[in-house]
Amino acid sequence: MATKTYAGKTVEVDDEGFLKNMDDWNEDIAKEIAGEIGLGELTEMHWKVINFMRNDFKEKGQIPTIRRMKNAGGVPTKDLYDLFPGGPAKKAALVAGLGKPQGCV
Amino acid sequence: MKKLVILGGGTAGTMMANKLVPVLGEKDWQITIVDQDETHYYQPGFLFIPFGIYTIDDVRKPRRDYYPSGVEVVISNIEGILPDENKVKLANNKVLQYDYLIIATGSRIVPDETDGLKNGAWHQNIFDFYTPEGAQALANHLKFWEGGKMVVNIVEMPIKCPVAPLEFVFLADWWFTEQGIRDKVEIEYVTPLPGAFTKPIASKFLGEFLNKKNIHLTADFSVGRVDSDKNKIVSWDEKEIDYDLLVTIPTNMGSQIIIDSGLGDDLGFIPTDPNTLISKQYENVFVLGDATDLPSSKAGSVAHFEADILYDNFLRVIEGRKPEPKFDGHANCFIESGFGKGILIDFNYDVEPLPGKFPLPGVGPFSLLQETRMNHWGKMMFRWVYWNLLLKGAEMPIEAQMTMAGKKGQ
Repeated sequence: MATKTYAGKTVEVDDEGFLKNMDDWNEDIAKEIAGEIGLGELTEMHWKVINFMRNDFKEKGQIPTIRRMKNAGGVPTKDLYDLFPGGPAKKAALVAGLGKPQGCV
Repeated sequence: MKKLVILGGGTAGTMMANKLVPVLGEKDWQITIVDQDETHYYQPGFLFIPFGIYTIDDVRKPRRDYYPSGVEVVISNIEGILPDENKVKLANNKVLQYDYLIIATGSRIVPDETDGLKNGAWHQNIFDFYTPEGAQALANHLKFWEGGKMVVNIVEMPIKCPVAPLEFVFLADWWFTEQGIRDKVEIEYVTPLPGAFTKPIASKFLGEFLNKKNIHLTADFSVGRVDSDKNKIVSWDEKEIDYDLLVTIPTNMGSQIIIDSGLGDDLGFIPTDPNTLISKQYENVFVLGDATDLPSSKAGSVAHFEADILYDNFLRVIEGRKPEPKFDGHANCFIESGFGKGILIDFNYDVEPLPGKFPLPGVGPFSLLQETRMNHWGKMMFRWVYWNLLLKGAEMPIEAQMTMAGKKGQ
């Protein structure tokens, strides 16, 4: 099992770096992952997305899609692409400490 | 008397009626099937209409001809589903009460979900081929088209029949060659996926095909809007692609009635147990075909394999037994690749398409993840199989669950 150390804490990750256990996550870990993938400083809007994703996952058991973040989370898709350039669904899930979003067949 | 209501008389609903009526009819059941349309379309045939291989008359028949005798057929809009009350509301205040409900209301394209897609250029130089109207309008346009840049774009996943857009560009390459204008046509395939297809081995194989046929692949492109004045598609992160002719596969969503009844997810697909095919919310509601939210392909073959499993589970549940979690996401798709050849893929939730022989291991006659003439004939024969065997619920020589026999690991 691969592990990584973020903010002084060693956590299990899959081969693409997604946290295996969402409860290992904390805000400092999110900041370090964000730095690692080049997002820079996390803004209030980033946190809004991250918190929505984590809460929605706890409630629904599924990582929210971009469409769900727009409909239920109130985050316009355009903003999401600005906040997490080059693949918002995947990058936001990575920073939020959730697994890899399920691809569609 | 027990009551079963089936919503949707398409591939999935018709198959279920044909399987269940002969068994339940003897047991004092009333079975009702509801659909708003009287015409059944062979949807895999839409692909061939733009190239004049099929006409609209080749792909449509009256739905009624395929319903079994012994089913009550209601042609009506559905006004609402009230699963807490076991009721379906129809037009004219008619109400159907049920003990069990099977939802097979399918999926549809919703071009309005993309800004600018349905502006003035819709069916002028922007076309879909997922509707009879779109496929016919595109056929007319192509007859007179003298060349230029054709962009084929998938707006977002999931879509019905995820291989159809690839088949479309393969056939287009062949058709423009036949018309003698291939050198005047540039073909670009633009997808939000990271490659030509969803699963890695097939994605690589099909990507090489695109390359060989001189079709340009642009991956990881998520369309945010269409500028139909300037003939451009623009991604959410402001990349632009020009076109002369845009063939779009718009956002796919479940039926509006599913959304309005609060049964669907954000795309109107119904949260469904991926193995038993029972609704996650209501234990007397079964879901199959394109209407589910399952991570399987939205395709007729999947509906067919689901129908076999659902048939068993339905009979178990009405006897008070537990349903079996037997559906494995099995899909089986012929991919028309142009010039009289085809490719076949067979896969499920866990096993991606692999090379091999099908359905008889080592023998075939069909070849998996290989391009052969036999696969093309399989595809063309399938229309007959669909109307004469599949819809009627006949036993097919393919197991509902996928088998590894005949497949080669990588």
